[in-house]
Amino acid sequence: MIELDDFSVGFGAGTALRGATLTIRKGDRLGIVGESGSGKTMLALCLMGMAPDSAQLSGRLSIDGRDMAGASEAQWQVLRARRIAMIFQEPMAALNPLRRVGDTVMEPMRVHEGLSRGAAHKRALALFEEVGIPEPVDRMRQFPHELSGGQRQRVLIALALACDPVMLIADEPTTALDANVALRITELLVRLARERGMALVFITHDLAAVARTTQDIVVMYGGDMVERGATADVLAAPMHPYTRGLLAARPDPTVPARNADGTRRRLPSLPGSVPPLNALPQGCRFAGRCPVELAHCATRRPATRLVADNRQAACHLLEEQAR
Amino acid sequence: MTRRLPTNFVIGGVLVALVVGTAALSLVWTPHNSTQMAISNKFAAPSSTYWLGTDQLGRDVVSQLMAGARNSMSVALIAVLMGGSIGVALGLMASAIGGWVEDGVMRLADLGFAFPALLFAIMLAAVFGPSLGNAVLAIAFINIPVFARVTRGAANQIWTLDYVSAARAAGMNRFAISRDHILPNIGAVIIVQATIEFAVAILAEAALSYLGLGAQPPAASWGRLLSEAQTLMYLAPQLAIYPGLCIVVAVLGFGLLGDGLRDMSEPRLRRER
Repeated sequence: MIELDDFSVGFGAGTALRGATLTIRKGDRLGIVGESGSGKTMLALCLMGMAPDSAQLSGRLSIDGRDMAGASEAQWQVLRARRIAMIFQEPMAALNPLRRVGDTVMEPMRVHEGLSRGAAHKRALALFEEVGIPEPVDRMRQFPHELSGGQRQRVLIALALACDPVMLIADEPTTALDANVALRITELLVRLARERGMALVFITHDLAAVARTTQDIVVMYGGDMVERGATADVLAAPMHPYTRGLLAARPDPTVPARNADGTRRRLPSLPGSVPPLNALPQGCRFAGRCPVELAHCATRRPATRLVADNRQAACHLLEEQAR
Repeated sequence: MTRRLPTNFVIGGVLVALVVGTAALSLVWTPHNSTQMAISNKFAAPSSTYWLGTDQLGRDVVSQLMAGARNSMSVALIAVLMGGSIGVALGLMASAIGGWVEDGVMRLADLGFAFPALLFAIMLAAVFGPSLGNAVLAIAFINIPVFARVTRGAANQIWTLDYVSAARAAGMNRFAISRDHILPNIGAVIIVQATIEFAVAILAEAALSYLGLGAQPPAASWGRLLSEAQTLMYLAPQLAIYPGLCIVVAVLGFGLLGDGLRDMSEPRLRRER
């Protein structure tokens, strides 16, 4: 349904996305993880045709068999909402504060499908029920500030489902929510994807959430897809040093906060942070922060290797081992 | 918690209510007919019949001032509505489309700014003859670039917000987004600007009428009353002072009201005092 082949996004001298290759089929549940600046949100925006005007796109991006890399805004408008929908990170900011949430959800139905107000209201009501909003009749009349964070996110999910899309992109949908509400939202997304046979692209840096939600996972760093595979396999046995670092940096509540000698136990962390786009190393993007770096890592780009069935990683170390 | 209304809003509101109320009242009642002359009764002193006396032609001053208020309000209202709606539409369009359309509209706005209303009014008067209608057109014209610029700036800010992205992701086109999401959220900015432009329009109408490019005799206008009284400054200075005071009160009122509205809608911009 969606195919990316050697798809790149550049901004002047910097590269936000380098040679992304990805296939998403109906019913897939795919997680995209990585820290801020890894290019995961840029990837999502490209799939919606909403990359900033200053971005230079190259490579192939095809949706339903049509190449959309150079498509016009009008061509994208046909796909949005009806084929691909997206929900955003900050549920308060993603709702117009001056509109009743029911009107917001009804709008795409009325614009795209020419539904009457009554018909749109009926369908919005059904959607509110489907996403688990209690007392939907009253809720539809309310403004965003009158709803809780979790309810706002549910409204945004209802908005995304308004025109029955075949794929839903969720860009960090749980980041702004507390853990309990986040759990409910991820459960809801999985249920909706299953029931509707809809593809789900779940973008997050919450590894626990991605483990609950997805079948497959892509790990991104500095605009590169560094590792991919079945979610359970990747999280159980990470192959790329970055994925290993990411997993090690998770707080583990079963480990006591202090060491045997009474000193405070430090959470393992990746040294430094993602460099700005124009300062990324030309070779492996992770060079400079990598604990097992080789001499040529910073200058030579590692190839993506098929290391096992349905497992890929891009790391020079894996090539050394294979030799 | 009780919040105190800004002082400028309160004072401005009272002055505006006074002027608008007077103008509204003049639609149904004035103490005398504002255009009826009685030469034998010229320069009458204030009395219970003629509250502020009469002018050089024996017309009642209070009635003329009331009719002048009505004239000022209607001219300002029509001109700001006309210029404002065109300007807001242009600003929304510039912001929604961007690129060369935005650049083009903004350069045209710069051109409009560089073109004084007075010059435009003189031009219209030269071609079509001086009339109140042409004065309204001239004032509306200078309002277009003002509103286009303010609207475009405010709209550009809204376009960067998440709920606009969400609307785009839901497949809305630029027109629908501008109408449903951008316009309502810049409403406060436009209302503030309109109030301030109202004051500017009152002043402009008075200036144009003073120069004979606006209201034509015998229609009452503060600006025209002022110019007629000018030749009688030594004989009857009060005839110039009254319309002058009216202009001051109206302009000050709308100016303060606009400032007060801005203070209330954007507390961060409130000037420190």
